[in-house]
Amino acid sequence: MKHTGRRGVVIERLFVALCLGAVIVPLGLLLILFADVLSDAVQRLGWAFLTSFPSRKAALAGVYPAFVGTLYLSFITAGLTLPLGVGAAIYLEEYERRGRLANLIELNIANLAGVPSVIYGLLGLGLFVRIAGMGRSLLAGAATLALLVLPIVIMASREALRTVPLSLREGSYALGATRWQTIRQVVLPMAFPGILTGSILAISRAVGETAPLIVVGALTYVTFLPDSLGAPFTALPIQIFNWVSRPQAEFVLNAAAGIVVLLGTMLALNAAAIFLRNRYQKRTY
Amino acid sequence: MLSAAPGGRVHGRSAGLGERLIEVGLLGCGLLSIFTTAGILFVLAIETFAFFREVTLAQFFFDTQWTPLFADKHFGIWPLVSGTVLTSGIAILVALPFGLLAAIYLSEFAEQRVRKVLKPALEILAGVPTIVYGYFALVFVTPILQAMIPGLAGFNSLSAGMIMGMMIIPMISSMTEDALYAVPNSLREGAYALGATRLSTIFRVVLPAAVSGIAASVILAISRAVGETMIVAIAAGQQPRLTLDPRLPVETMTTYIVQVSMGDTPAGTLEYRSIFVVGAALFVMTFTMNFVSQRLTRRYRSAV
Repeated sequence: MKHTGRRGVVIERLFVALCLGAVIVPLGLLLILFADVLSDAVQRLGWAFLTSFPSRKAALAGVYPAFVGTLYLSFITAGLTLPLGVGAAIYLEEYERRGRLANLIELNIANLAGVPSVIYGLLGLGLFVRIAGMGRSLLAGAATLALLVLPIVIMASREALRTVPLSLREGSYALGATRWQTIRQVVLPMAFPGILTGSILAISRAVGETAPLIVVGALTYVTFLPDSLGAPFTALPIQIFNWVSRPQAEFVLNAAAGIVVLLGTMLALNAAAIFLRNRYQKRTY
Repeated sequence: MLSAAPGGRVHGRSAGLGERLIEVGLLGCGLLSIFTTAGILFVLAIETFAFFREVTLAQFFFDTQWTPLFADKHFGIWPLVSGTVLTSGIAILVALPFGLLAAIYLSEFAEQRVRKVLKPALEILAGVPTIVYGYFALVFVTPILQAMIPGLAGFNSLSAGMIMGMMIIPMISSMTEDALYAVPNSLREGAYALGATRLSTIFRVVLPAAVSGIAASVILAISRAVGETMIVAIAAGQQPRLTLDPRLPVETMTTYIVQVSMGDTPAGTLEYRSIFVVGAALFVMTFTMNFVSQRLTRRYRSAV
């Protein structure tokens, strides 16, 4: 620094500007993307868009079954993945921290996180749709998504469990509590906000997934709502994919409006997660 | 840690049957992740073996056409591999300079306050659903590129690859930044003490010290691009073509799986099995890259 000449200073400033540009330009592009989608979407967005079934006429087509399908999927996925993911995290953090098995599970989770989502679709197709005989159903789709986000739930829950101080567990044991009593009455309540935040973010990720649902067999043209776990289904990303792949240009507007609904749903989930985190954060020790 | 005490009786009260059952149940949850991996391997393996009872390995590896959906069936995997390599290659060409420079900015230049805002902002890029990027590539980017590049098809790997590159910028920037951050300050101070400028310190000291971490991030980003599905399915086309011309429609391995899944292919047919074969090849490619990336990460963590 000391020996930098005038030219050196200029070059350094230019380089810093270049580096800053590398952060700003992609973010700017993202803003342009959102603005572009929004400007296309306004022509379709409205109450009718949310409450209409798909149609061959672009102006009348809506996202109702896809939106309901996405809501169902996210609730069922959450119901499947949360108990399993939190259970696995408790086992790894509270029971088996250093064992060989824990290492194996940990390595395995890291690897699963890198498996492309379309391969989870193949797993769902082979395992749930065919072998388990669920068919191309809501349940098969949700089970596939549950396995897809399971590593995220486990990792987030472990983080949360790790923030609970050891002294609280020791205090609980000193009072004569068993390990499970300690976990249920001391550790879990304290780790709960963290677990919840991480899990909501995981579900938000599941909501945006397209490829695994296509492979599992979500439908693209649905004129009814799913009435049971075994019913055929569609979801917002699938409906968007269908519209964007159509040759008629007017359906592009529907796709844009569908994207706004999808991003709005994900944004709401993320906002809920941030709200919960801020609300409970103050109570930590 | 809690089970540190030997002999089993760690706690005030002895563990009853209920406690044991709970532990077994929780272990079951932990094992589910291993069953998931086993399930993936099992499903891919059985359909792949069934596929190769009808198609020879020579047809798979030495044919240059991939047409399982036509009457005249060819099963040469290379057109799908070339489509995948081409789109991922374009993506990494875009993501590498942006990701590296962004990481350098965040780690070496940005104030703590600015960093706290920009880092999570950059992460948003990886959180946007890929279907949205696909829309952007097809509806927004392709028409702009067509105005500049004559002969650019409506579906092409250029537009899809560029947008995929935008998506994987945070994967490179965030892991690279970790690696740069892990370089001890004593190295930087040593360089300054020798009279090095800030730039030469970055290029001659910090970056070389972090090189295995940077390599790990790039490999992971490539793996992510190879497994990416919706952007290429929407914007790169669905025509298997053995080419490296970025202006033409191609088909990636992931797109093929989606293309077949969109139709109603009955189980047990060769078309049905072919998506599992392509999936198996995809799994082997991404798994290898993830493995190498993890190894490199471990190396720089233990080295620094």
